Amino acid sequence: MKGRHVLSVLVENRFGELARVVGLFAGRGFNIDSLAVNVTLDPAFSKIVLTTRGNDAIVEQIVKQLRKLIRVKKVVELSDDRAIERELCIVTVQAAGSAARQEVERVVSLTGARVIAFAQTAFTLEASAASQEIDQFLELLRPLGIRDMVRSAPIAIARPGIEVAAESVPPLGGVA
Amino acid sequence: MSSARATALTNGPQPAPASGEPMRGARILLECLLEEGADTIFGYPGGAILHVYDELAKMRGRIRHVLVRHEQGAVHAAEGFARSTGRVGVAMVTSGPGATNTITGLANAYMDSTPIVVISGQVATHLIGNDAFQEADIVGITRPCTKYNYLVRDVHELATIVKEAFYLARSGRPGPVLIDLPKDVSAQSCVFSYPSKVDLPSYKPSTRGHPLQVRRAVELMMKTDKAILYVGGGVVASNGGTELLALAEKLNLPVTPTLMGLGCFPSGHDLCLGMLGMHGTYVANMAMAKADLVVAIGARFDDRVTGKLEEFCKHATIVHVDIDPASVNKNVKVAVPIVGDARSVLEQMLEFIPEAPPPARDEWWSTLRAWQRDFPLSYRRRDDVIMPQALMCMLAEITRGEAICATDVGQHQMWAAQYYPVRHGRSWLTSGGLGTMGYGLPAAMGAAFANPGRTVLLVTGDGSFQMTLQELATCVAENLDLKVVIMNNGCLGMVRQWQELFYSRRYSEVGMSYFPDFVMLAEAYGARGLRATKPEDLRATLEQGFATPGVVVMDVIVSEEENVYPMIPAGAAHYEIVMAPEGDGAPPEPRDLA
Repeated sequence: MKGRHVLSVLVENRFGELARVVGLFAGRGFNIDSLAVNVTLDPAFSKIVLTTRGNDAIVEQIVKQLRKLIRVKKVVELSDDRAIERELCIVTVQAAGSAARQEVERVVSLTGARVIAFAQTAFTLEASAASQEIDQFLELLRPLGIRDMVRSAPIAIARPGIEVAAESVPPLGGVA
Repeated sequence: MSSARATALTNGPQPAPASGEPMRGARILLECLLEEGADTIFGYPGGAILHVYDELAKMRGRIRHVLVRHEQGAVHAAEGFARSTGRVGVAMVTSGPGATNTITGLANAYMDSTPIVVISGQVATHLIGNDAFQEADIVGITRPCTKYNYLVRDVHELATIVKEAFYLARSGRPGPVLIDLPKDVSAQSCVFSYPSKVDLPSYKPSTRGHPLQVRRAVELMMKTDKAILYVGGGVVASNGGTELLALAEKLNLPVTPTLMGLGCFPSGHDLCLGMLGMHGTYVANMAMAKADLVVAIGARFDDRVTGKLEEFCKHATIVHVDIDPASVNKNVKVAVPIVGDARSVLEQMLEFIPEAPPPARDEWWSTLRAWQRDFPLSYRRRDDVIMPQALMCMLAEITRGEAICATDVGQHQMWAAQYYPVRHGRSWLTSGGLGTMGYGLPAAMGAAFANPGRTVLLVTGDGSFQMTLQELATCVAENLDLKVVIMNNGCLGMVRQWQELFYSRRYSEVGMSYFPDFVMLAEAYGARGLRATKPEDLRATLEQGFATPGVVVMDVIVSEEENVYPMIPAGAAHYEIVMAPEGDGAPPEPRDLA
């Protein structure tokens, strides 16, 4: 079973630390499907949200190895039912002629996307949604002709009211 | 011959700069090492580290530098120093090739959890990334084989980095830390002040085990008749031998040490079953296969120990004590995980044991004793050729098992592990995880520096010895007392054994067509060389060697075709253990497992 796993890694914001995190995957021959990094409210820390695929035992071992990294403060797995995920998509579509422009307006009102730039024959749209919704959004646009498209890695956060395992609880019953 | 030259290169020591005066980074580095009690550096100079060597020349008498002959030797020497003392070993090298030559040693120390700090010079910061002369991205290269590594970008952070590096190397699961020091940073000056404590907000290694889990483990040990303690390098690293002995004796438990755990429980003790694993004793492996409770302490269920995972300890409840949470449930599902330092957890276990007579375990012990009696370690006695096992037995007798015994990697390593009775922790130096041929001589050298007055014995092979034998020059130059025994079978014995057993005797590149004369080679290096070729010469040669002060190389010609038994073939189960063949010594039927 090769399930999809979303990991949120809180790491000290220092040069070289992202390479250590990524290296754990590369050294074991595992792909990172997506990766997003930015600073947290405390600029001394960054949060990495990454998605990978693998069976539970492999991912458990990777999570332990991540926790073992000297500058990693906290690792949590954000699974589907406990987390909200969003990714950003920016896409430029052909829109020459009024029929095409009407179709763009229809997609915008249907999906909550925004027009962020336009020219005579093209519109650039922005959408922020869960990955599958972005897939659907792109399917709607495909008949118009997609000129260019870029998607960010998904970022994820625990649903309000859901407690993710806090780093103060040491793994496996150890006492600091 | 070289004494006049040596004198010309020696300056008198100069006093430390007054406190509050700015110092160069190079000097700050060395003052930091002294603050950490690291007064011995194994190293090799070069361009990028020149400022540090310049300061070193001004500090003679305060800090000792050992000039090795190859940087790999410096790191293994630091490992031998660390393993034999428990202190952090230090190696120092230049940039580029100097740094890349440390990688085998770093990887070795990482696998065997040995606390060392390696300082590498680096090209000046403005040249980094420019393909400068002797530039290598050593921080990038060593990221997967160090516990942590640092690139120092500003002299003001140097003291903090050294403090953290030593703390990281020795705390938690110990390991190697590398500090990459660019040449311009070692030339910059600032006021030196050594931090009193480290601030590592994300690094909080556990030491004490969870009390409820510890209590559960003790209850299981009390009530399970067929129980065994499987103990590894973590007990050595935490100096937990005394507590382990007390636990085993209080609960009347059999003990089997791993290759890395040898010495943490006295070999020859009634409760000791000998080493387990691929070349472990019959009784130890069968006990693991049949036990109802396996308590692993400071051991990591390595594949050379477990064999076939699906068959490993099938009947047993497993308790695992380890300082590294990532080792728990990695290879084997554990019923009672306890994350903590081996000695601390052993102490906690002792507190929970009620004052009562120990469980008798009569049936279990009578089974174990029968296995010991019926399937002891054994080999064919021959009087026409020296048997490697007989050599080990004689070395044990001559040193009374009290030597610090270092080995290289291969058949000789396994015979040393089987037949040399290591009685004390930190008296057994071997490359367990990485299996590094060439580890032995420099590691023994490091131990000899750290333990003057103790006999240091290196058991090596004709293959391994040739990988790092240039350190003989260092040993002679430093007037070390070191006894090297080459178990010379004229081939790469362990590879030959596998080709014999698993590749239908298709021998491929295991016989070197030319060997140097090791006696002449030893003499060329200024050491004493001796040779034994016949069983009747062996005792006299060894006795002469051990009675001769200084570096002695004893070339002992042993049986070429002897194999290491018992053997659990790779990927087989413990109960599939193969014993030495009987009678004329025909090897077992070859099985092509390739």
